[in-house]
Amino acid sequence: MARWIEKYRSILDFTLSSLVRRKGKNLSLLVVYVLVVFMLGSAMFLTEAMKREASLVLKGAPEMVIQRLLQGRYDPIPMSYLEKIRGIRGVISAEPRLWGYIYDSAIGANYTLMVPRNVALPSGEIMIGNGISRRRMIYSKDMMSFNLSNGSSRVFTVRDVISPESELVSADLVLLSEGDFREIFELPSTHATDLVVKIRNPKELVTVAKKVMELLPDTRPIIRDEMVRTYDSVFDWRGGIVTVLLMMALLAFVILAWEKASGLSADEKREIGILKAIGWETSDVIAVKAYEGLLISFFSFTVGILLAYGHVFFFSAALFAPAMKGWSVLYPDFRITPFVDPYQVAVLFFLTVVPYTVATIVPSWRAAIVDPDSVMRS
Amino acid sequence: MIKLLNVRKGFNLGRPNEFVAVDGVTLSMEANRVTVLKGPSGSGKTTLLSLIGCMARPTSGRIILQRGLPREYLFPNGGDTTEVEVTSLPERFLTEIRRRTFGFIFQQFNLLKGITVLENVMLPAFPLGEKHGVVKKRALALLEMFGLSGRALAKVEWLSGGEAQRVAIARALMNNPPVIIADEPTAHLDSKLSSAFMEIIARLKDQGKTAIIASHDPLVFEAKMVDRVISVRDGMLEGDTA
Repeated sequence: MARWIEKYRSILDFTLSSLVRRKGKNLSLLVVYVLVVFMLGSAMFLTEAMKREASLVLKGAPEMVIQRLLQGRYDPIPMSYLEKIRGIRGVISAEPRLWGYIYDSAIGANYTLMVPRNVALPSGEIMIGNGISRRRMIYSKDMMSFNLSNGSSRVFTVRDVISPESELVSADLVLLSEGDFREIFELPSTHATDLVVKIRNPKELVTVAKKVMELLPDTRPIIRDEMVRTYDSVFDWRGGIVTVLLMMALLAFVILAWEKASGLSADEKREIGILKAIGWETSDVIAVKAYEGLLISFFSFTVGILLAYGHVFFFSAALFAPAMKGWSVLYPDFRITPFVDPYQVAVLFFLTVVPYTVATIVPSWRAAIVDPDSVMRS
Repeated sequence: MIKLLNVRKGFNLGRPNEFVAVDGVTLSMEANRVTVLKGPSGSGKTTLLSLIGCMARPTSGRIILQRGLPREYLFPNGGDTTEVEVTSLPERFLTEIRRRTFGFIFQQFNLLKGITVLENVMLPAFPLGEKHGVVKKRALALLEMFGLSGRALAKVEWLSGGEAQRVAIARALMNNPPVIIADEPTAHLDSKLSSAFMEIIARLKDQGKTAIIASHDPLVFEAKMVDRVISVRDGMLEGDTA
């Protein structure tokens, strides 16, 4: 046992000096390797953290939203539906919601206008999201105008900027009074954007939804689970695009690793011949190459993952944010709560460390099984 | 000590570029002697050395290491015979025999660049699993024997031709093998260094070692410590002074 330990200690010593000997080759490999792990890791951390963030936000979302459909598309819902819905057994409450989008040609962005349920804003005053505040450079007490659909415009005073904790969903938000909302969109007081429904027993959500559709066939009830799924798939899809691009990077890396690590130079082949000629076994030579591969892999993987973690959770994924967060031009600016899925880290580990190590060992094994006398002829 | 029976070694057999480097050689070599294989380039000397040194297997024929070699070299882990036919041994055992029995000095010295003289000398001992300190001490003693103590921590690429060769000899002696095999050891040395090399061989012979050298350099095969000169041509034995 002691001999075995001494033997592999000596071989490890030799491996370390081998790595230092081929500084140029190993350093360039290290840089590319770290970069690939950093990119893949960043995309992975970001997607997961965003999905988590979104699901946390959705936890506070209503259990059921009812929209009206006309010709298969969304249409304002009559307030008269409220009473019918409140009459369904199991429904605790039903409230109207008022919200919509408005385009601001000044910065080429859409804002989400909404009438808050818990704050009563006086007419002529609005609260705006941090994204709007940043882009338009408008702060508390400043004035802000919106173009109405009839061609005129309406000026509002900014009462406050919405706190950044909820910025993922509130970057483009404008809160205003019901009267102002109806004026901007010319929405009669008999109609609302949609209705939110609270239900006594969550298990009855589907039953209540069915009853709503029977009672009001022109409506579409949306339950919270469906919203969570939609958010999930939106982030999965975004994450997917980045992942496809990064998979190409990974493939390029595998090719590079194969080329760099596996393409044994004439010098390396000669060295293997020398080691065999002076009494090293094939397994000893392979051990050296395996150590080399594992040392480079582990080091690069660790550095890459740590950099990715720092990038996503300390620097808010500055490199990927435009592709990942929202579709508005008003990108949220917030710090993501650290969340790491060990399963994904393990997948990334096996996608990078294993191919690299194999790429290092296989050609060495092929070179090491050759008769050592080839070195006598070099 | 080393017996070759009708040994033949061919390359690229069955292909248009087939050639036979060693053709039906039968030979017996004694322990504690200096034997030189002499012959022109391409005569098969190097192939013959490879076969004797267990670096390659013959296409046909038998190679036997027999009495005369200390048993602990052939069977370090114990064994009940002092004669072993190496041609039929699996690779692992062949490596073990090569490591314990032979020390190689190559024509190009074949030192590993980028690491120190000391590390180069220690290399053959790494697979044995000896304590690092013991191996280092032995390597330093060998370097001192060859007047290279001051160069132990130098990179091998900084060495002169003569120094590089002495490092190669020190490396060949690292596992204290009974047989030294040298392939054209003076090919890159001037006359003075060539003579110095042969003096080292004489010293090793005095210590009880066997040397088998392939060379076409008269400074080698005419040296006074050489006991036997075997002429090789076209893969066959042409003459023998024994």
